Amino acid sequence: MASKTVAKDIITLRGSAAIVCEFFGYAANSILYNRGVYPEESFAKVKKYGLPLLLTQDEGVKSFIANLNAQLSEWLEAGKLQRVVLVIMSKATGEVLERWNFSIETDGEVVEKGVSREKSDKEIMREIQAIMRQIASSITYLPCLDEPCVFDVLAYTDKDVAVPFTWIESDPKLIANPQMVKLHSFDTKIHKVDTLVSYKNDEWDEQ
Amino acid sequence: MDAGSAHSSSNMTRCPLQEQFLQRRNSRENLDRFIPNRSAMDFDYAHYMLTEGRKGKENPAVSSPSREAYQKLLAETLNMNRTRILAFKNKPPTPIELIPHELASAQPAKPTKPRRYIPQTSERTLDAPDLVDDYYLNLLDWGSSNKLSIALGNTVYLWNASDSSTSELVTIDEENGPVTSVSWAPDGRHIAVGLNNSEVQLWDSSDNRLLRTLRGGHRSRVGSLAWNNHILTTGGMDGQIVNNDVRVRSHIVETYRGHTQEVCGLKWSASGQQLASGGNDNVLHIWDKSMASSNSPTQWLHRLEEHTAAVKALAWCPFQGNLLASGGGGGDRTIKFWNTHTGACLNSLDTGSQVCALLWNKNERELLSSHGFTHNQLTLWKYPSMVKMAELTGHTSRVLFMAQSPDGCTVASAAGDETLRFWNVFGVPEVAKPAPKANPEPFAHLNRIR
Repeated sequence: MASKTVAKDIITLRGSAAIVCEFFGYAANSILYNRGVYPEESFAKVKKYGLPLLLTQDEGVKSFIANLNAQLSEWLEAGKLQRVVLVIMSKATGEVLERWNFSIETDGEVVEKGVSREKSDKEIMREIQAIMRQIASSITYLPCLDEPCVFDVLAYTDKDVAVPFTWIESDPKLIANPQMVKLHSFDTKIHKVDTLVSYKNDEWDEQ
Repeated sequence: MDAGSAHSSSNMTRCPLQEQFLQRRNSRENLDRFIPNRSAMDFDYAHYMLTEGRKGKENPAVSSPSREAYQKLLAETLNMNRTRILAFKNKPPTPIELIPHELASAQPAKPTKPRRYIPQTSERTLDAPDLVDDYYLNLLDWGSSNKLSIALGNTVYLWNASDSSTSELVTIDEENGPVTSVSWAPDGRHIAVGLNNSEVQLWDSSDNRLLRTLRGGHRSRVGSLAWNNHILTTGGMDGQIVNNDVRVRSHIVETYRGHTQEVCGLKWSASGQQLASGGNDNVLHIWDKSMASSNSPTQWLHRLEEHTAAVKALAWCPFQGNLLASGGGGGDRTIKFWNTHTGACLNSLDTGSQVCALLWNKNERELLSSHGFTHNQLTLWKYPSMVKMAELTGHTSRVLFMAQSPDGCTVASAAGDETLRFWNVFGVPEVAKPAPKANPEPFAHLNRIR
């Protein structure tokens, strides 16, 4: 009994990377659904983090996120990933309308020395749940995306990372004069993920 | 900081209730305080604003190639060197639009149809000296040839809206004048001129030639005219309404009796089936062609006595055949809507001032009314809500007459202040829509097989 509890609360670099990766997958799906980037019908409901969440059934999007996650987890385990940004752009003009910014702080000691940390799954799950709820409720304040949109994912890595074959260097795709809203963060004790959404200022408010 | 507190809490023993409460509070974020969080700040943007964004503005003149290179180097060593921004070569699939793009973009565009700009001032003002300030006359008409006719005193002038040229059609002798009504025939060439001496003259505007004079229909001035193909209907101060067939020698083919005082409003419906007439006796009559008889005066279809003042302003709705709008004079001030088949009053609205003229917008469901005291304005109403859309002011006396250009967009108004004003109130003409395919139900043609 005691050993089981201990085993549950210990978190390794690998396990932490898996949690963060999984979180990205669900967060990306949730953003794509809630922001209407892909049609509602292409999503299916699943239960995760104690919440009903929606996952894309579109094979193209599915494999994109799967490939992304595979690479992200490699970088996370190496402690080389600083940030992941999901960018929503206008399909017609390519103008960046929203940036979902996930900053990652990695505990350097864990990466270097291979030690593990302690934090219960439940607690992490609760933190992630709060973020997921915030993503779902973000539609109440984010400006309407009333034109067809596309998305892209940017990964900010350490400079010493060799660029994988399937990746290219990109510009940061910034929004000029954005509005920013900070969402909750979660911490696995190894990776701390801060979420922030910045979006194009709605000109209507100014007038 | 957050991490530190979480550390200590997880090391604590967990049994007492209080402790657990504390622990939970610590592990959550304290959202009512602003705690700067470097990792959550958008440093990309901050950096951009500090360097790139201001660079161009501050000293555009100093930017030389060497300086740019230096700045680039500086940026790289300071910041950009630390990260590398990567993206997949293969982009995610673009969303498939279930609805074709043109439709999708047209769909939201429909409800948010850009609001038409309605100029509040007149586009053009012309002098109209000697315009008789008499509510019961009809001295302005805009023909299908895009010519405007206006009677000023004893003279009828033609103003060509295409080239803004003015010409005089006729000046009536002092003892027969003044002119009390003008009306273009549907062909836009012939024009009927009603006179104070009870005669009606027919003119050919192409060569300013008097074609014939209609006599014997009335005993006093002819203040209202309405064309229905070759039938010219005249309304007189004697309360008589006469149908004149302008092609035949004995032109009086029909008389309508019902008004006891001057007939000042006279309009045929677009189908030519019904005639609306309004008089100084506060009565509005609807006459139906099917009830006409040549040997005895025709009986009215409906006698509508809801107005409490003279009924001059009449307008048949262009998009609903049996809908008529009528406006009452100074003592009434209402616009009323009628179903002319049943005679039912559909709506009545107090406008607050004398209604002199009414015009429907041919492109939108809107009605324009012109008024007298106190504002002498033109009011644009949304139909059927009757929400006031615009008030056009400029006239300094009651706006007696209105006429609509053949394309339906421009309205001319003549007022007691002796000016003729043009308003672009009804917008630009819509691009002609392709006619809907005439192929409704599969068995529609069976109706014809009898």
